[in-house]
Amino acid sequence: MSDAHVSLRDVTKVFPAANGGEGLHALGPVDLDLGKGEFFAVVGPSGCGKSTLLEVIAGLTPASAGTVEFEGWRVDADIPDGIGVVFQEDACFPWLSVEQNIAFGLRKTALAADAKQRRVRDVIDLMGLGDFAKSYPAQLSGGMRQRVCIARTLVTQPRLILLDEPFGALDQQTRLLMGDEVLRLWRQTGATVFLITHALDEATMLADRIAVMSARPGRLIDVVQTNWPRERDSRIVERAEFGAITARLWKTLREESLKTMALKGAGQAAEPA
Amino acid sequence: MSTESWKSARNAVVLIACLLAGWQALYWFAGEIAMRPPLATLRYTANLVTTDAFWPHLSETMRAFAIALAIAVAVGLLTGFWLGFHSLSRQVFEPMLVAIYSIPKITLYPVLLLAFGLGMPAKIAFGAIHGIIPVALFTINAVRNIKPILIKTGRVHRLGPLDMVRSILFPAALPEIFTGFRVGFSLTLIGTLLGEMFAAQRGLGYLLMTAIGLHNVDLIMAVTLLLIVFAAVVSTLLLAIDRRLHRRSV
Repeated sequence: MSDAHVSLRDVTKVFPAANGGEGLHALGPVDLDLGKGEFFAVVGPSGCGKSTLLEVIAGLTPASAGTVEFEGWRVDADIPDGIGVVFQEDACFPWLSVEQNIAFGLRKTALAADAKQRRVRDVIDLMGLGDFAKSYPAQLSGGMRQRVCIARTLVTQPRLILLDEPFGALDQQTRLLMGDEVLRLWRQTGATVFLITHALDEATMLADRIAVMSARPGRLIDVVQTNWPRERDSRIVERAEFGAITARLWKTLREESLKTMALKGAGQAAEPA
Repeated sequence: MSTESWKSARNAVVLIACLLAGWQALYWFAGEIAMRPPLATLRYTANLVTTDAFWPHLSETMRAFAIALAIAVAVGLLTGFWLGFHSLSRQVFEPMLVAIYSIPKITLYPVLLLAFGLGMPAKIAFGAIHGIIPVALFTINAVRNIKPILIKTGRVHRLGPLDMVRSILFPAALPEIFTGFRVGFSLTLIGTLLGEMFAAQRGLGYLLMTAIGLHNVDLIMAVTLLLIVFAAVVSTLLLAIDRRLHRRSV
């Protein structure tokens, strides 16, 4: 599938051991093709290498083996243009106002000052941050701050958006509403979205396809197609298929999570007292 | 003026009134031999600052202090950034810095005096060694406390190394660094004045020691008042900026 928007082949990540030993096999091999404009989610037990996969795609971490291609270009520990990343942690710059935080996204963009200003204004409107443009992050709630981070990513008009548990730190209601917002933005921007999450309902509600990742080393062991219409929102959780999909994901994930827990238990037992 | 600034202005006035009252009470207790009352001191100070003999002393002290502070901040920042980013160096040198910090610097004064001689260089050196370590220690902490997520965000936005320092690392560390600067300011001032008190021919510290020698209580009170007012005003200003910077940190 050479026309894929993002294409991963045999992507593997081994973190070298400090003492020159065997190292930690964190990820892969992973093969994956994302279609243009697709919403793809990855769920997996904690510590399975989900975030590592995202960082490899983003060019933040080089793969130990295998290739990542974005729009036909190789991503190789070099962050390509057209990719935006939103992290779980609060990544707002506390010394900049909301407006300045968002404008930060355009630092490397060759645009006239007034064009940049217009883009910032548009994204502020899009994200409903108009009343807070001059506020500082410390004055905002966690959900609002995450909106600012999303806005800072959107202002660059990315063609691929990577979301690393972006709602992990938010409460359940806010998460559902932010999910609606992400779906709306996804439709409006036409971007390809790659979402990492540990919340099955979130993945099921948002994505076109959901992959389940195995315990470490992380591999994609099941991919589920949701067949939702493109026009959808959080009310999709009422559908019967929603439960069926979530149940199927959990069946696979449960075994992997148990493996992870067993690994952790063994690790703790092996630790010197 | 907002209610908030009214309140703080009122608090400042009340505080100053209390201090003056305490001073007056202390004068009644200690007597003419050791002190002068506030009003007499103010009158003498107003007179003192109009004399030609006073200004060279003040400018000498301010020059020594400014140079000492500049050295303390420059060396402290460099050391702090270096040790903050390089963990092996930090593990080696940070305990040493903490240990040296606890040495009463006055014990090093004879050595400094012999090394730099009587006069300006010794005062500057003595002021600077008071300030360098706190600035360095605060900077180390500031650099270490930068959230890695902010650096990651910088990488996602494809910032070069220089841009990373200028637009992320420095502003992220600034509130903490500024606190270090504030502490460094006070300690460098102490160091500079101490340096002037024991082996100098000019400066406010020298003036104070001369006054003690001649038992000129008026002069002692006046110089002390000037120094207190200077230190208090600048410290209050720095504290206000410090608070402002910290209020934005999440």
